[in-house]
Amino acid sequence: MSTPFYVSPQQAMADRAEYARKGIARGRSLVVLQYADGIVFVGENPSRALHKFSEIYDRIGFAAAGKYNEYENLRIGGVRYADLRGYTYDRDDVTARGLANVYAQTLGTIFSSAAEKPYEVELVVAEVGETPEGDQIYRLPHDGSIVDEHGSVAVGGNAEQISSFLDQRHQDGMSLAEALKLAVQALSRDTNGSEREIPAERLEVAVLDRTRPQQRKFKRIVGRQLSRLLEADGAATEAESAEEED
Amino acid sequence: MDFLSDHQPQLLPGNRQLPPTQGVIEAPHGTTIVAVTFPGGVVLAGDRRATMGNVIAQRDIEKVFPADEYSAVGIAGTAGLAVEMVKLFQLELEHFEKVEGAQLSLEGKANRLSTMIRSNLGMAMQGLAVVPLFAGFDVDRAKGRIFSYDVTGGRSEEHGYAATGSGSIFARGAMKKLFRDDLTEDQATTLVVQALYDAADDDSATGGPDVARRIYPIVTVITEDGFRRLTEDEASEIARAVLERRLEQPDGPRAALL
Repeated sequence: MSTPFYVSPQQAMADRAEYARKGIARGRSLVVLQYADGIVFVGENPSRALHKFSEIYDRIGFAAAGKYNEYENLRIGGVRYADLRGYTYDRDDVTARGLANVYAQTLGTIFSSAAEKPYEVELVVAEVGETPEGDQIYRLPHDGSIVDEHGSVAVGGNAEQISSFLDQRHQDGMSLAEALKLAVQALSRDTNGSEREIPAERLEVAVLDRTRPQQRKFKRIVGRQLSRLLEADGAATEAESAEEED
Repeated sequence: MDFLSDHQPQLLPGNRQLPPTQGVIEAPHGTTIVAVTFPGGVVLAGDRRATMGNVIAQRDIEKVFPADEYSAVGIAGTAGLAVEMVKLFQLELEHFEKVEGAQLSLEGKANRLSTMIRSNLGMAMQGLAVVPLFAGFDVDRAKGRIFSYDVTGGRSEEHGYAATGSGSIFARGAMKKLFRDDLTEDQATTLVVQALYDAADDDSATGGPDVARRIYPIVTVITEDGFRRLTEDEASEIARAVLERRLEQPDGPRAALL
């Protein structure tokens, strides 16, 4: 019988973190940005059916990078949590903060449990407020910590480089077209600094739009509307696209 | 709550054994709901009265709710249970949509409602029945459709028009004489208000338009563009027009004899 080697807890945790980080880095990055009327999610996604972004509740959206089956699992758990909360109490009692806490608990437990492999996912939970000051964006790395973000956030493979690029250029009160353009610019920069083109068909874009009259503020931007926004370079075209939105 | 339901479920209010009751439990009941299809959509409307025995329990109750973007449900029967049922129904449709990333088919929604009514059969036997009317725009077939139910959850699709609740017999009679298959949206909304007026005329549990208190029927329209509830101004305009004509002709428009 072989004697198991002693592995120090520090080493064990470092190994697990390394494993999760590598898994996440294999996937494409995505970015979440605040703009004047809400929050926009932009990512490169060749699939039209398997979404990286989705609606959790009225004002809450979800974005994930990493392994699909793992984040899909978390997403459904989140929808279930939010719907149950809203049904038991009131729709206003479902908050991004509460949801982020549940995710942090789940991810943290899985990360430190020796029986399971850590999840190779990084999540963003965003809630759009009545005003830009009321917007909340939380980033949840694989180990169950929560980072409260403002303005812009990037997760996935090339996240650090993209975040620093966005931090320098992102401003409050950008229009949707401007924010979208900046996001695409950030995503199309390669690790070595060169740029490549991402066609509109490969982009997945969704918004939490606070000006939407419906209770549910989440909306996917696809097809013509997306290409028009990408081409837009002024406030005039922006207004026109907002009109056609519904 | 979860802890209790796992360990001591009998302590939760809903799980307590009810003592056998003598006669019918008194609770507010909603009354008449009507629906009419027209090319391009469907109209669902309801009066505003809730009754408890011979007493008017509420004058301005709302009994027509959006179920989701393309469907609505109107409720007749025990108001408390019905509102709870609609809330759960709305939740289920939204939950399905978010988890699956696609909406249920209209047929699927109607079937789901059927199961929910059947699960209330025990209460219905004690006099607390819930009988909704479900209407929606079928995106696949591009037309409005109406489904009616009985207390056991039996479901049947209605063509043209349908009504449920205590005043439904009178409302159905009125719609039968006024309905045509080439109605416009405006004509369809007027038709439902006429039908509700006739129901209120002959059924004491159905409320007519209340001009003094400015309480008018709730009228909703579902088309390709989704669910829309007529604003109070729009509803009052139709109700007042109907009322105006009834001052001269109390029984409403006359259909041709032959």
